[in-house]
Order: sequence, then structure tokens, then C-alpha cells
Amino acid sequence: MTSLVEVRDLWYAYPALAGAAPEWVLRGVNLQLRIGEVVGLMGATGAGKSTLALALNGSVPQSTGGQVRGEVVIEGLDSKRHPVAELATRVGIVFQDPETQFLQTTVEAEVAFGPENLGLPVAEIEQRVTWALRAVGLSEFRNLTPAHLSGGEQQRVAIASILVMRPRILVLDEPTASLDPRGTVEVLELIRMLRSEHTILLITQDSDALLGLADRVLVLDHGQIVMEGNPSQVFEQVERLGELGLRPPEILEFAHCLNRELGASVFRFTDVEQAVEALRQAEAA
Amino acid sequence: MIRTPRLEAIDLWYGYAPERLALRGADLVIEPGEFLGLVGQNGSGKSTLAKHLNGLLRPARGQVRLDGEEISSLPTSRLARQIGYVFQNPDHQLFSPSVEQELGLGPRYLGLTPSEVEDHVQRVLQSFGLQSIAQRGPGTLSFGLRRKVSIAAVATLQPAVWLLDEPTTGLDWGSAALLMDHFAELNTQGHSVILITHDMRLVVRYASRVAVMSEGRVVGTGPPAEIFRRPDLLQAARLKPPPIVELLQRLASTDVEVEGLTVAAACRSFLARHREKLG
Repeated sequence: MTSLVEVRDLWYAYPALAGAAPEWVLRGVNLQLRIGEVVGLMGATGAGKSTLALALNGSVPQSTGGQVRGEVVIEGLDSKRHPVAELATRVGIVFQDPETQFLQTTVEAEVAFGPENLGLPVAEIEQRVTWALRAVGLSEFRNLTPAHLSGGEQQRVAIASILVMRPRILVLDEPTASLDPRGTVEVLELIRMLRSEHTILLITQDSDALLGLADRVLVLDHGQIVMEGNPSQVFEQVERLGELGLRPPEILEFAHCLNRELGASVFRFTDVEQAVEALRQAEAA
Repeated sequence: MIRTPRLEAIDLWYGYAPERLALRGADLVIEPGEFLGLVGQNGSGKSTLAKHLNGLLRPARGQVRLDGEEISSLPTSRLARQIGYVFQNPDHQLFSPSVEQELGLGPRYLGLTPSEVEDHVQRVLQSFGLQSIAQRGPGTLSFGLRRKVSIAAVATLQPAVWLLDEPTTGLDWGSAALLMDHFAELNTQGHSVILITHDMRLVVRYASRVAVMSEGRVVGTGPPAEIFRRPDLLQAARLKPPPIVELLQRLASTDVEVEGLTVAAACRSFLARHREKLG
């Protein structure tokens, strides 16, 4: 598979005070995002997740300054040589709090804002906005004020305003962290729909959500990728996740507890269905 | 044990604007020393109700009673000492140029002498492990530390009742668990804790009772196990029980007998019956 994103031995430190040694936030990160993949990125607060996200459209280091080593290549473009505005049409980033991103008074104007700044023809802007709002299921909300929408709806507006730029790569930085369960479901469903046409990096603390959604999971700790694999491979390592400040999916934690107490790897289930089956078999045996 | 008051919200009505009623007859009792989970969708009125319990907001109708006394008749300083409110966003709560000054705000506001203020501040700096950043500006700290400072600032008042508004949002699980363990410890000392959260795994682990809000009212209260067995409440508040509760509910219609709402409890319960067979 071809990589859309290629991060090679990336080191980064935010600008230090005069005379102070650089504090490396990213320390030798290697990452490849392939076409059509959903990759989950987890890590404790301060692990460097958001910094890595910002490195994928060049904001780090172009807007932040600081020291950088290694390279980030987006669809063949070196992120140090191409302006953020150009990279942003390839990598769209959505943040945790949608409200902080909203500048306009209607959903439509909000979503049209990016393409307008690109100077696209009016007819194309109209077409793209209509398409993006349909993609996130908010066609009816065009003329409403973003501030009057629910958290899940606001986050979908934020995603639409990124989709409208037609990036192939989406980076979602804790998009469900401030949402209620219903909003979370809305956004996860949307990600499920978008996966067929996008490569997605999903940063989240919600391992239960990644279990059925991600092709791969990466765990970042102090600027280094310390775990990598398919979701069940990574999440089976319950104790290691705990040491890294992360919460494994509850069903895997349960299997782990049973196996630990039994001193043998008796149970291997990753969802409720499998667990019901395994426990019934154990009961019948 | 400390003496913790009983709090009672009776038929509270409140609107941020006439056409936007946030509370529509909310009733809730918080018994001294209980750990209550307050849950419901965004916009269901959880934070608005919590802000009435410490007098930050005054109801259009209804009343809040502290040990039977209407709180609008009580001095703010007494309320502040009894009931601490930790804002959802720490940045809505931190104003001072340094952590140390931030922690001194509450005690100074209550009119304590400079040496008493100093005692409170030093005690809290130490118990929260914040000495090394006492002189830093809150704005220069990481989110996790700003969260800690916002809680430490309330702790200087030593409130008997803690209202925690989504305190773990933005924290990783390690920090969230440490924080909640701290409040579980305060709870064993007799403090009441009201935890507003969307995280049902936290509710099951820490709360002994749950109050469910929907459209400005408390539509149901009870122990977590009972709440998660009520489809009407789950539907009204769009709640999803944690996976382990879902598993146990699925197993209820089979021969497998397991009890408990947390991983540890379910694990113990299953093994108690099956260890010999499986071992």
C-alpha cells in the first residue's frame, strides 16, 4: 500500500527560553498513514499527540517555530517547504472544541469560509458546501447559527468545514472528548462513513471506540511511539496500558482479569458478543 | 468525620433566557456523605442545577435548602465554605498571576487573617504536590495541571460538599483515576461528592447513587445497577451503560451467573463459581 503520510524520525521542541536546552516533545517518531486506513492514536496528556497532529499539516513548525529534525512528507510534499495553506488542502485537522473554531453566524457561512479564502468560484463553493453538509447529515441546518446546535452537531459542522476543502487525509484530535454519549455516537458514525474515501488519524482516549473502528492503534508516550498493532493486540496488554495512563476497553480488561486470576490464557474475547459466547461455553463445560 | 450538611433542591425553575428554560421543576436531595453521579445529555440542566446548589445561580421559582435553611437567606461566605464548585473548564475559574495567589483568593475573600490564609495555601500546595509551581502563572501550565490547580483552589476552603462538573474531561485515564481516588478518599471522610459526567464507567466505579436529568428535570434516581436496568431512563437521557453492565444484562437470560458492575466485581463473581472448573 502507498503511504499518503510519511513521518520519518521526527523530533520537535517548542521554542525554548533563551539559554535553555530544548525540551523535545516528539522524539524520533516514525509514522505512515496508508490509503484508506483508520489509525487510532492514544497517549497520556502531554505525550505529544496534538503536536504530532499539527506537524501533519506543517503548522508545527511553520507557525510554532522551535526546533525540528527529521521529516514529514504529505502526498510527496515535504512539510517544511510547502506552506500550511497548501498542505491544509491535503490534511484537514479537527479539534476537540468545535466552538473555538467557529467564526461565522450560519452553518453555511462557516462551512463556506475555507473555500472562500481559497478564492474558488462561487458555483463551486456552493456545490462543495452542499456536498459537505450532506456528507455530515446537516443539510437541514444550513441557515442555523452554529452556537444553537448540540455538541455533536457542532462537531459535525467542524468536520464539514474541513471536508469542504476536500483533503484526503483527516486528523481528528479528540473529536468526542467534550461530547455526551449521543454526540459521541453521531461523530463515530460519521467517521465510519468517511473512512471509505479518506485516510483518518483519530486521536482519542476512548479505546472502546477504537476497538471496532481502527485498523491500527499507536500509543505515544513522552514523544515516542511505544506500542503499535491492531486494536486487540494493543489493548490486550492491559497492564502496559495502565502504566501508560490509558484505559483499555472494559471487555478486554475483564478477560485479562479472568486470565490473570486463573493463571492461564483461557479467555480471548474482545466484544460483548464474544464474551457472552465464551462464558456460556465455560458454564456448559 | 466532618459534619456535612444535607442539600435539597425543591422544584427549581430557571431560564438563561425566557424562551430557553434550563430547569423545569428539578428536585434533588443530596444526603450527607453520599457520592452521587449526576448524568444526562448536554443541555439537560446538570450544570445549571449544580450552580443552584451552591448559590451561583438563583432560581426563578423553587428553593435550595442547606440543612433545612433556604440558602438565599445565608451569607455567601458560609455557602462557599460548605459547598465547593469545580468548574467544567478550569480556565473559567483561574484568574491570578500565580498559583499561590490563586489559592489565596478564596480564604482572603472569606476574611481570614493573612497568616490563616498562608496556612491554608501552604497546606493545599503540599497536599496537591504543587509547591514547585507555586510561583508559576496558571496560564503557563498544562491542562492537567490547570485542572489540578482549579481543584486545589476550591480545596483551600475545605468545603464539606464537592460539586464536580465533568472534572475528568481532557485528562487521560491515569490522571482521571488519581483525581477520582482523591475524591473517593474525601468521601470516606464524610464529604458529599456530586460528580457530573458522561463517563458511565466512572459512575459505576465511584458513585453509589445516580440522578438522571432530562429536559431540566431529575427523571430518576437510584443505585447504578437499578438505573441501568431501566430502559425508560436510558432512553430519556440517551445513556449507554458501560460494556460490562451490557455483558451482565446479556448474561442474565443465560445460565451464566455473574454479578457486579465493575470489571473487578464481575471477575470475582464469575470466578467464585467457576474457578474449580476452569482451574
